Amino acid sequence: MTLELVCPAGTLPALRAAVDNGADSVYIGFRGATNARNFPGLNFDASEAAAGVAYAHERGARVFVALNIYPSPATWETATDTIDRAARLGVDALILADPGLMRFAADRYPNLRLHLSVQSSATNWRAIEFYRQEFGVQRAVLPRVLSATQVARLIKRTSVEIEVFGFGSLCVMAEGRCALSSFATGHSPNTQGVCSPAHAVRWEETPAGRQSRLNDILIDRYAPGEAAGYPTLCKGRFRVNDIVFHALEEPTSLNALGVLPTLAASGVKAIKVEGRQRSPDDVGQVTRLLRRALDLCDDAAAEWTPPVEMIGELDALAEGRTHTLGAYHRPWQ
Amino acid sequence: MKLAVGPLLYLWDRGTALDFYAELCDAPVDIVYLGEVVCSKRRVLQKDDWPLVACALEAAGKEVVWSTLALIEAESELATMARIVDGSAGHFEANDMAAVQHGAGSPFVAGPHLNVYNEATLRLMVEHGARRWVAPVELPLTTIATLGKSRPPGLEIEVFAYGRLPLAFSARCFTARSQNRPKDDCGFICREYPDGITLYSREDQPFLTLNGIQTQSAAVQNLWSHVDELRAAGVDILRLSPQSQDFAAVIRAFRDATDATGATTPFPESALPGGYCDGYLRGEAGIDRAV
Repeated sequence: MTLELVCPAGTLPALRAAVDNGADSVYIGFRGATNARNFPGLNFDASEAAAGVAYAHERGARVFVALNIYPSPATWETATDTIDRAARLGVDALILADPGLMRFAADRYPNLRLHLSVQSSATNWRAIEFYRQEFGVQRAVLPRVLSATQVARLIKRTSVEIEVFGFGSLCVMAEGRCALSSFATGHSPNTQGVCSPAHAVRWEETPAGRQSRLNDILIDRYAPGEAAGYPTLCKGRFRVNDIVFHALEEPTSLNALGVLPTLAASGVKAIKVEGRQRSPDDVGQVTRLLRRALDLCDDAAAEWTPPVEMIGELDALAEGRTHTLGAYHRPWQ
Repeated sequence: MKLAVGPLLYLWDRGTALDFYAELCDAPVDIVYLGEVVCSKRRVLQKDDWPLVACALEAAGKEVVWSTLALIEAESELATMARIVDGSAGHFEANDMAAVQHGAGSPFVAGPHLNVYNEATLRLMVEHGARRWVAPVELPLTTIATLGKSRPPGLEIEVFAYGRLPLAFSARCFTARSQNRPKDDCGFICREYPDGITLYSREDQPFLTLNGIQTQSAAVQNLWSHVDELRAAGVDILRLSPQSQDFAAVIRAFRDATDATGATTPFPESALPGGYCDGYLRGEAGIDRAV
């Protein structure tokens, strides 16, 4: 069974890079606070999106639009306008998190595919069933908290297609269930589409070392020569019971290549790559590597293990330059 | 305004928990949420204890609501949720859409972990039987007020008014991890931390609290001085989240404020590191505190 490769694009060049390197589908967001990668300089305006859809469709690839924040009454109209815009562009699916928006989209555009965003936090078949019954959701992206065994069991109980993360930065918290960023900065993935936003970050050089702060809260301090990462707050070093360590999560990336045959055999439909914030070059490289992995895995089936050099190349593109199977395989269980 | 005691978010000794609920029978609160929201492995009380606790509270005139798990992954967790929903006679709190789906239209409380951020979603929950909505902790009061104005008739609004804020859930148990224990062999180490483990920045700022798979704020959100604003925004119920110390005094202070008795009992200083916070109310960082 061939897995569909779903790749990120924060810009038109990134979309082209993903399509050219073998993505089956590309997901994009519109500019503004309507999607979970609301970063400066990122995302599409209407004409870029139209060009992106045309480019992808001409080459047999699909385009999904992510609108995965939970709009407030104040941002509701912007969100529904975005849905209208996406529908007019002829995109292949909407990736939504908010049930109210799903109601709007299902009523107004009954023929437009709905995908349940990872931000919906649907971690069991019953929750997915709720969205299927209500809105005819056709695919669900699973939060990065389930083990490979749990993914397989869930698939047995649902008729909805399942997409899982295969590569990219890792949320250790169940997506859509994390208010750590708004607690520290006032801005969260659910409300503004950002986590640990850049405007709240401050770097300092001190005698104790380089320090990163988020809204003045010290997230990490680096020894001279130590590689410093973006201060995503769950990946900082904190003190718990007099020990200083990465108390929530290490700065590491998800790489699910080691469990690809298991995921494929369990009936997973699509593998998603995180990272609309990545450069076109990075998107192209990651897509190329994942495409090769999926093709090789498809040929070799159950015996497949990812080639060492492929893992190395992906690590070089990964947060923290190191990887984990995350919740798929739980050494900490 | 009514006062509610939220579900116990920590693992307390059985005796301590039984004493806590026995005392609540005489406390000036209207609603008590029972059951486990955080960890499916925890057994705060034995199976036969819960109905007795509920009976005693109901005999004392309290409304009892059965809370359900927020992060449901395993079939066993779905089965537990289903059992609670089926046995609750419409008095359950849904914290995952699975519970809404299973409830199939019977009345329920839409808990703080369902992501209800706008009118359309709130209306959808009401269509499915929601008779009360507990706002997500990060919603500013202006949004709650807007949703309150257009709320369907009969819907009550509840706000998390006191306690360490439940901020995030993970598959990982951070309490076990902090002691280098695997999750499946955790030894219920969280029992030793009746208010969770405070996580400090390297500058000793109390920042977060580790509570099993849940991450909370270190600071206690305390909306006691905002009771009038909350009332004006259409909030019907204030949720007080159980803590191990001074809880009776907290209830008393909130009751005085909601009843506007004119009593000027000073609010007890927080016994937990991190002090108080109330920033979410104004749409600011939750950790902020109005001076």
